[in-house]
Amino acid sequence: MSRVLRVGAGVAVAAAAVALVLVLPHWLSDARAAEFARAGCFFIAIIGLNLVTGYTGQISLGHGALMAVGAYTTAILTANHGFRDLWTVPLAGLVAAAAGFVVGLPARRLSGLYLALATFAFAVAMPALLKRFSGLTGGSQGINLFDKALNRSTGALGHVHVLGRTLATNDFLFYLTWGIGLVLAGAAWLLVRGRVGRAFRAVRDSEVAAASSGINTGFYKMLAFGISGFYAGVGGSLFVLVSNWFVSPSTFGFDKSLLLIVGAVVGGLGSLAGMAVGALFIQFVPGWSANLSSAPGAPSVFFGAAIVLVMIMLPAGLGGLFRRLTEPLTRRL
Amino acid sequence: MPVAIDWAGVAQQVVSGLSSGGIYAMLAVALVLIYRATGVVNFAQGELAMFSTFVAWTLTQHGFGYWTAFVVTVLASFAAGIALERTVIRPVERSPVLTTAIVTIGLFFIVNGAAFWIWSPEVKSMPNAFSTRPIRIAGVAFSISDLGIIGVSLLAVLLLWLFFRFTKLGLAMRAAALNPDSSRLTGIRVSWTIALGWGLATALGAVAGLLAAPPLGSFDQNFMQPILLYAFAGAVLGGIDSALGAVIGSLALGVFLNLLGTYVSWVGTDLRQAAALAVILVVLLVRPAGLLGTAVVRRV
Repeated sequence: MSRVLRVGAGVAVAAAAVALVLVLPHWLSDARAAEFARAGCFFIAIIGLNLVTGYTGQISLGHGALMAVGAYTTAILTANHGFRDLWTVPLAGLVAAAAGFVVGLPARRLSGLYLALATFAFAVAMPALLKRFSGLTGGSQGINLFDKALNRSTGALGHVHVLGRTLATNDFLFYLTWGIGLVLAGAAWLLVRGRVGRAFRAVRDSEVAAASSGINTGFYKMLAFGISGFYAGVGGSLFVLVSNWFVSPSTFGFDKSLLLIVGAVVGGLGSLAGMAVGALFIQFVPGWSANLSSAPGAPSVFFGAAIVLVMIMLPAGLGGLFRRLTEPLTRRL
Repeated sequence: MPVAIDWAGVAQQVVSGLSSGGIYAMLAVALVLIYRATGVVNFAQGELAMFSTFVAWTLTQHGFGYWTAFVVTVLASFAAGIALERTVIRPVERSPVLTTAIVTIGLFFIVNGAAFWIWSPEVKSMPNAFSTRPIRIAGVAFSISDLGIIGVSLLAVLLLWLFFRFTKLGLAMRAAALNPDSSRLTGIRVSWTIALGWGLATALGAVAGLLAAPPLGSFDQNFMQPILLYAFAGAVLGGIDSALGAVIGSLALGVFLNLLGTYVSWVGTDLRQAAALAVILVVLLVRPAGLLGTAVVRRV
């Protein structure tokens, strides 16, 4: 398949995605739009995780903690420093990117499971650290922007004025998260197709070969963690907005980190379109499970069974299925 | 300011640390067993141990003694581990490692949820395995329960070592873990050795859960989660591909955590896990393959 056609196919998929995001809120109830907006936050964080784990081959079990860094940056800047919540989103991304570099430091020396434990340690430590430094973070009470900075929380009063139109808050949050998500997905698409992406994949496929072709493997691993941290931070920052402008240490327990890696693998590592499916999976499947039976523990059983079944039937994730279905079409182009 | 060190107190803390370490060690060896056979960390290991413990608890509620329930449950867990591998893990045997790891995360949710579903969320308590009286050795009072747990866990690990070292089946399992393709050529049914590994790991986990539950006083369906975290940390500290390393790493971790909790007050309960993991991180940065793990040689 020629390069022009491949780029054309990419543009067509992107255009379809944009169109879908634009029209979807018209069919969604208010509550449903809010759920989709949460999935949008997961989408952004999972794209970042995919860059580290799918493209660079470094397992991270700590991305929930990077989301926490982004979320608390937004909460603290908005509550105590007079920022408007929306303007803190890129700042949250940058702070989390710095945290990502630090988390990536052990990756220079550790690999595989040892790195998994190091990142997991970060995920486990995060809620404890947030509680410990309560002067900054509000301790286990968390930070409620609805109380502390109502006038700087966009849409907290139920609607938002954008470009001369009035949008319901949840529709606005839907457009906001998925809009940012699509832009960042596009950026990731460009990144993995360029020089940096080639270096990432070289590190993943063979570190020895990568190093002998002159790639500074340690630097690219840290770069992958840093960029990935930016994505997780933006996702976490938006997560504060979609969680009724509230964040607390229990929002980002280590289960969030596990959930993110589940989303990335179920979606299909190495596939950007699959990440959206993975995000929808971790947002909606637990809810559906709770609809099946509300007995204590039952939803967890159904959610676990869904994970196991998807993995058994589609070992390459749902993105792998997508690729397998479209391959017969695109091969003829 | 000179601080008078109370050596009897230190000795008590070390022994009680070794007793928690022994529990971590069994779960850590279970993790290593499955890791060596399949290259996967079994995230459900702790929950399987929890489930076994709840089965044993049900037996004790129906009039069985602790040790009868213990033996029945460990045997049943062995069979259940094999059955689980055959139904859930075998279909993804040839998939990427991360796929299998996610399946075990799925299992984590299933087993944890099932336990809440079957045994309502109220806390339970288990009859004691050992006498609760203290015993005096060289003038220092130790808890019989702590000593018993150390004894049983070391015995369990020793039995496992003897099995791997001195039996044909153990040899076959080691061969299959080391080189699956050559082992197939010599007639070893590699897929079944993996199932057997799951059986042994689940049984060992059951022993860990059964020993961990009584001293807690009361426990619920999440009681194995911190223990799994420490076992994982202990196994990585010792070197994830070394069973001896896992035992040493776990025992050291148990003692370290106990001393940290007793003598360093600012750490408190909140930061205990974080502090333990931070120390392990430092050890790993100095020795990237753990204390006794095989370093992967890379020439570039």
